[in-house]
Amino acid sequence: MNYKDYYKIMGVKRDASQDEIKRAYRKLARKYHPDVSKAADAEARFKEVGEAYAVLKDPEKRSAYDQLGQDFKAGQEFRPPPDWDAGFEFSGRGSSNADAPDYSDFFSSLFGQGFKPAGRAHTGRGFQARGEDHHAKVMIDLEDAFRGATRGITLRVPEFDNSGHLVSRERTLNVKIPKGVKPGQRIRLSGQGAPGPGDSKAGDLYLEIEFNPHEIYKVEGPDLYLDLPITPWEAALGASVAVPTPEGTVNLTIPAGTSSGRKLRLKGRGIPGTSPGNLYVVAQITVPPADSDAAKALYQKMQQELSYNPRSALGV
Amino acid sequence: MTRETVRGQLLDESIELSLTEFCRACSKDTTWVSALVEEGALEPVDVSDKHWRFTAVSLQRAHRAMRLERDLGVNLAGIALALELLEELETLRARLRRIDSNQDI
Repeated sequence: MNYKDYYKIMGVKRDASQDEIKRAYRKLARKYHPDVSKAADAEARFKEVGEAYAVLKDPEKRSAYDQLGQDFKAGQEFRPPPDWDAGFEFSGRGSSNADAPDYSDFFSSLFGQGFKPAGRAHTGRGFQARGEDHHAKVMIDLEDAFRGATRGITLRVPEFDNSGHLVSRERTLNVKIPKGVKPGQRIRLSGQGAPGPGDSKAGDLYLEIEFNPHEIYKVEGPDLYLDLPITPWEAALGASVAVPTPEGTVNLTIPAGTSSGRKLRLKGRGIPGTSPGNLYVVAQITVPPADSDAAKALYQKMQQELSYNPRSALGV
Repeated sequence: MTRETVRGQLLDESIELSLTEFCRACSKDTTWVSALVEEGALEPVDVSDKHWRFTAVSLQRAHRAMRLERDLGVNLAGIALALELLEELETLRARLRRIDSNQDI
């Protein structure tokens, strides 16, 4: 188990006032809240900050923590010294709780597991006679949204072992991903959340779908975007060109006079569903290299025979 | 190891929940839900209907509202504003990802 420097996590000095600690917590909680931040480590940081605040906001826990001394470095191997907490009393110490948050082993070794994370107290109103809902993210490929798929997901489930200790068990579920799912949509698995107290119903598991980046398509809601390289003559004269779609190649008519960045819509070729998305083909004119005498001569002929100034709108 | 295969319910616009089901799904009471409706943060399918129904998309907003309230102490008016801004941010992030796929956003 490694020592955690709660002051460093909160970005405050060891002699910071309670007000400073609260301000630092509020700021970091907003910054790393998983609903706000899209940083990959946001959830871990948010939990870490919540744990640090749970200790530092409570004067009793804070002074007990301070008593461990300043000699520990973050990440250093740590065992609580014997009787380190003599003279302190922590309510909830040692009492296990099904709602115990995922505090670190470091926290649990000092303060037991019977604490809720800062600001996470249950509102205690409404429907309580069921287990807690769980939320998780699932990454799928774009192709899965076209064909449907089955994904194995691994969950960590808190459970009591035979001696009444809270342990976490790994559980793997195969989940059917339905065809037509869009980024950000959720799948609800009834009764796959936390077990309810006593005989009551288990909570639900919500899976939020995210897409892995695709090699050629970009996804925006139900729509797909594809950059399509075309030649200057296809752009100028118009052409019929082959275009890939997730469901196979189609022919697309490029209208004469197409400029780079023009969007051509393939209706209903986006993510399938009751209102399927579109596939937008974005024309990208690529210029053949002038790497031979013949190619150079062609460009020079264009230069001489076409009076074309692409910068006329700029007044130069 | 044998694995359970489960089929979930895709929470799209076609799924509707009654007020009771909705409250149960977010572990909140009707007072909280109607306060958010009053703020314009949640919209029943037909607000003039005596028995409110909500789409599953509203449920996603309600869950997020719940977390913002619980974790950051945001009040109801603040939740309504935050939900709108977060949704706008998501749309813009997706658009930015499309325009500049090399950027890490």
